[in-house]
Amino acid sequence: MATAEQQVEMTTSQKDILSRQSRISETVNAGLKSRYRSEARFRAYGAGAIVLALVMLVLLFVTIIGKGYTAFVQTELQLTIATSGEALGIGNDRDAAALNRADYQAQIKASLRDMFPDVTGRKERRDLYGMVSDGAAYALRDALAENPALIGQKVTLQVPVASDIDMLHKGQIDRTVAEAERKVNDFQIGIYDRWVSMGTIGLHFNTALFTQGDSRQPELAGIWGAAVGSFYTLIVTLALSFPIGVAAAVYLEEFAPKNRWTDLIEVNINNLAAVPSIVFGLLGLAVFLQFFGMPRSAPVAGGLVLTLMNLPIIIIASRAALKSVPPSIREAALGLGASKLQTILHHVLPLAMPGMLTGTIIGMAHALGETAPLLMIGMVAFVVDIPMTPMDSATVLPVQIYLWADSPERAFVERTSAAIMVLLAFLVTMNAAAVLLRKKFERRW
Amino acid sequence: MAMVETMTPEQTRTPETARPDATRSEGTAGSPLVGPGEDAKVSARDCSVYYGEKHALKGVSLDIKVNEVTAFIGPSGCGKSTFLRSLNRMNDIIDGARVTGLIALDGEDIYARKVDVVQLRARVGMVFQKPNPFPKSIYENVAYGPRIHGLASTKDEMDDVVQSSLERAGLWTEVKDRLDQPGTGLSGGQQQRLCIARAIAVSPEVILMDEPCSALDPIATAKIEELIDELRQNYTIVIVTHSMQQAARVSQRTAFFHLGNLVECNDTEQIFTNPLHKLTQGYITGRFG
Repeated sequence: MATAEQQVEMTTSQKDILSRQSRISETVNAGLKSRYRSEARFRAYGAGAIVLALVMLVLLFVTIIGKGYTAFVQTELQLTIATSGEALGIGNDRDAAALNRADYQAQIKASLRDMFPDVTGRKERRDLYGMVSDGAAYALRDALAENPALIGQKVTLQVPVASDIDMLHKGQIDRTVAEAERKVNDFQIGIYDRWVSMGTIGLHFNTALFTQGDSRQPELAGIWGAAVGSFYTLIVTLALSFPIGVAAAVYLEEFAPKNRWTDLIEVNINNLAAVPSIVFGLLGLAVFLQFFGMPRSAPVAGGLVLTLMNLPIIIIASRAALKSVPPSIREAALGLGASKLQTILHHVLPLAMPGMLTGTIIGMAHALGETAPLLMIGMVAFVVDIPMTPMDSATVLPVQIYLWADSPERAFVERTSAAIMVLLAFLVTMNAAAVLLRKKFERRW
Repeated sequence: MAMVETMTPEQTRTPETARPDATRSEGTAGSPLVGPGEDAKVSARDCSVYYGEKHALKGVSLDIKVNEVTAFIGPSGCGKSTFLRSLNRMNDIIDGARVTGLIALDGEDIYARKVDVVQLRARVGMVFQKPNPFPKSIYENVAYGPRIHGLASTKDEMDDVVQSSLERAGLWTEVKDRLDQPGTGLSGGQQQRLCIARAIAVSPEVILMDEPCSALDPIATAKIEELIDELRQNYTIVIVTHSMQQAARVSQRTAFFHLGNLVECNDTEQIFTNPLHKLTQGYITGRFG
């Protein structure tokens, strides 16, 4: 009797369970469709974001390269110069002092006059002279300085033309525009056409862009000065921010007691990472230039400012890397009797190094593209000379781009884009080198 | 109690020391302290450990005899690992951990100011629950301890230390052809034996093992247990385990912890056949824990 009752009870409870299970599976099935839908939607959002980013990137590259590729070539005129001591204004002297004071400009003008004997008017002659860059005189000087015996002979040189003629040759100047609104007048266009028919004008690789410092004349302006300035600035930044950042992170993560002071420091480091960079520029101006009297516009001061800006980024990334080292490795080393320092140096740091390097790469890429804080310490100056040491006046690539973008000359537009390309190439090279370095350190087994 | 039959004759021979009740620590059944004429390698008196506010270990008094395997058993959170870690001051690295009472190694207080924790850990080695070889080669794993303590001055000496340590850990024949391979590439059981080799490479006097087999399969576990029994000849071993069979197989003495208290400590045979405390009996018969 009792067993029969129990059996009945069991079957009812089993039925209960069965019906509940079927109810549950129904509910699950009903929800499945919307689950799959939301998953598909989520995937589509992600793919859409990636596509959008790629389109933007392609657009950026197309505009920059489209605008800037012409800057890598420069229109040059093949000029045959009948050099003579008289035209150079040095008579028979051939020594270095004489070559220094020689009037190369006059020699260039004379050879242009020889080229076009029919141009006699004062204004026409001035327009003719204006079609050749000042760089022509420097080219002649360099050629004669190298070989003074050439004086008295005919020298054939490739000399750069003025930037407006360069623009004309590259098709940037519209001939249909009224003469008064054009940078190049009808007479100059006539001369240019004669050069074209003579076959003496053509495009050549723009070496000045990669070997010269800044210049007011676009055809002579180069980014080498800014590149060297960027290089020195980054070297100073890296040399200071990496060791200081790693040391600070190791101290905070491994040695510092956890109390209100370290909490305060942590909060402030996080805050500093979000401070606008121009504020660091003001800080650098007040501290490094005014208080410590460092040279204005120098990469060393710029490097120090960027170090301040970079430190929070590197410290935060390094701390995260240290935190991610498994505690079992620390315990293993400590359990063997390694001291705390040995544990950190032998085991924790090598494992955290890839993460620390990643943070440093991000920081350095940031520093490479930084303009605002450097304006504050005078690195926006017009610097023609290539800096020889980090103490010399210099500018950096992004500031150079900013300066050129601000210039009115038509020819600076393409040079701005070219400088952006060089900056990006600089950045990609640096990141690639850093990734290789990281791969080398990353020996996770 | 089938596991009693697996005990070695040697273990069953271990004499039970009779002693007056006065020498027992309060509240602990059995014989936690050694009698006169016996060697205590490590002795704890009224040892308490706090993690911040939490009182994790409550006034434990216990002697660990030389060249014996002492097993700590008890349910999770009972303080056995805490006590083990306080024996080589591994609790020092935990923020807010505090140890009171006395723990002595060869009669010297290891928490005394003049004791160097680096030296202590060279004398009291440790093997952890999860195999944690360094992400370096097998050779470097074993050589690391001797190197930082300056125990081998030449390459040949170091090779000898590495070889003998791996031999004693029963790993030499398996790895002798691939010493330059990463230690993390070994199987779980091999990794744990590598960790044991690493610990014995610095010739410690005491080896602490914190559930060394909990992450291993039965075959690897059997190898480690065999190894523990061999190592007993030269080392004093303390092992924390969740497996009562393991405690019965490898240990000569067993201490049962519960809620931070040392409930009972006695010869292993005694604990598993005739526990004095009803908590111990409840635990070993599987009624709780």
